Amino acid sequence: MSITYLEAIREAQSVALQKNDEVFIYGQDIGFFGGAFKSTKGLYNEFPDRVLDSPISEDAMVGLAVGAAIEGMRPIVEMQFADFSSVGFNQIVNQAATLYWRTSLACPITIRLPSGGTPGSGPFHSQCMETIYAHYPGTVVMAPSTVEDAYSMLLDAISIDDPVIFCEHKYLYYHLKAQQLPKKALPATKARIVRPGRHATIVTYSAMVHEAVSTAEKLSEDGFEIEIVDLRCVKPIDIETVLGSIARTGRVLAIGEAFPWGGVTAEIISQITSEGFNLLDAPPARLNSLDTPIPYHPELWRFHRPTAHSIEDKIRKLIKE
Amino acid sequence: MASGADHEDNLKNDSSEMVLDAFRWMVLARTFEDKISSIYKAGKIVGGVYVGKGQEAFSSALAVNLVKGKDIYSPLIRDMAGRSAFGEPLVDAARTYMGSSKGPTQGRDGNVHRGNPREGMPAMISHLGAMISVVNGILFARRMKGTLDDAVGATTIGDGGTSTGAFHEALNLAAVENLPLIVSVANNQFAYSTPNSKQFACDNITDKAVGYGITGVEVDGTDLVDCVNTFKLCVEKARAGDGPQLVVGNLLRLSGHGEHDDAPYISEDLRKSKLGEDCLSKAHNRILDEGWANQGDIDDIFKESDDEVKSAIHTAESEKVPDPYSHNWSAYSSSILNE
Repeated sequence: MSITYLEAIREAQSVALQKNDEVFIYGQDIGFFGGAFKSTKGLYNEFPDRVLDSPISEDAMVGLAVGAAIEGMRPIVEMQFADFSSVGFNQIVNQAATLYWRTSLACPITIRLPSGGTPGSGPFHSQCMETIYAHYPGTVVMAPSTVEDAYSMLLDAISIDDPVIFCEHKYLYYHLKAQQLPKKALPATKARIVRPGRHATIVTYSAMVHEAVSTAEKLSEDGFEIEIVDLRCVKPIDIETVLGSIARTGRVLAIGEAFPWGGVTAEIISQITSEGFNLLDAPPARLNSLDTPIPYHPELWRFHRPTAHSIEDKIRKLIKE
Repeated sequence: MASGADHEDNLKNDSSEMVLDAFRWMVLARTFEDKISSIYKAGKIVGGVYVGKGQEAFSSALAVNLVKGKDIYSPLIRDMAGRSAFGEPLVDAARTYMGSSKGPTQGRDGNVHRGNPREGMPAMISHLGAMISVVNGILFARRMKGTLDDAVGATTIGDGGTSTGAFHEALNLAAVENLPLIVSVANNQFAYSTPNSKQFACDNITDKAVGYGITGVEVDGTDLVDCVNTFKLCVEKARAGDGPQLVVGNLLRLSGHGEHDDAPYISEDLRKSKLGEDCLSKAHNRILDEGWANQGDIDDIFKESDDEVKSAIHTAESEKVPDPYSHNWSAYSSSILNE
């Protein structure tokens, strides 16, 4: 038996719905139809009262989730694409993320964002929004890179009493497969060393973990061992694991698929330089997408995002410094 | 079955107690906000002060039709009267203005941004229209859990707030889900300084209800009895499963947007028009005319309100302000995230 990243997300929701009557899913086309990507496939048949179609109203969807959380529920909101969550931005950052601070009442909602680029998806169906939501106090932002994490971290997200932005990567939906789902897992807020190394550390998350692994495998043939840290949760950041890795390698490259200005990679570099400057043997490096909207054509798209090829260039330079 | 006119008469007869109740909250709100305004003008309140002068009838008339502990009331900027009528302790209002650490927001937010969501009163954020869908969510969740019964959720907004996308999305969603939602729109003619002519092009805000497929009614927002009776009917309809109700109260804000604003954009003609009548003195006269109370009773209401306001402000003033050094500076409720 094998299970995909997408099926793991469906399975985690199924488990959460079974275990807890307070969980419900709300989103566009997620009921009978099973969702644009089929991540709620069949759940409506099992839980017809808790897998519910919404109008195309991202603001009202998130506002509704906050109201339901006030009433003791644990809603999961599915955005059809991460890109459209911008319409619900106000409710996410100003309503949900501030609720506990303003009223001492927790806001246990999970907002699922089908994120990231796939060939041919263009500027408005490809975005990575983790930076935007991580900027605001009160949010937790997760970006799982494996089938196992997609499952266990989504269960963690649903059980956390604060708003969680769950950035699931569309490119991984069908590409990644695992033999089985984990019974036990690392807590969602901890980073994981994916691959040990000694010449440099790559800190990344989500789909970029796999590009980094390809690069590391190639460089290994030349005798360079690259350590890879998968952040898993981009907010809060497990900076201890990152610094521990740099203490072993002395060099770091932070990679993100998101736009380059500011963002998760900038935050990582900033924390490393202020808290671990003495660990560095070379200036910390950073790689993100190009600073343009995400292109449609696959040839342009592959050039726009970081790939194993552009990562290799960066790492080779970093090792020489 | 009674004819429409008979029904109207019966309502008026039945509503005298509710009118008197609402009147008490109007007096309390006016007294409190006059006092808060003078403290603000003396420089003792930081931030802003936004009062509901001229809107007290419309505000309290909705809240006296709600049942605390059962219904939801999500007030906005000019709802001091409605908040009190729904059961908000006056001292909590004073504490929020004065920045007491014992207030519901502990000094983390001020003035009108207070609430108690555990008791059916969500705390507003400043983004107009955003609270409507929160009320939708509470009603939606209760229906899912089977605990809705005949409870309703009410929230308030102004003419300007009806232009937001959030207002549209939330009303449309409430209509689709046939939620027992009451949205009251205090049509006070201006959003800060912007007149309605720059806010919407339909003849009346109730026209928007037609587009959503919900009930929309208009009321003279300066007339307490009309307001009480109109909300009574709308709340009854929502309780009975008739879906969202949009209630538009036509009135004039008898103040600036905030106490910093002397509102030069409101013309003298408009101030002197019917819209500019003071709902409080109008209700006072009506109560005397109908014989629902005598002048002595009303004097007592003013006296009691005055005492209550003084006491609440005194309490709030004597309490400690928040201490940044011992404050809990965490935006997370989960302990695992605070490690």
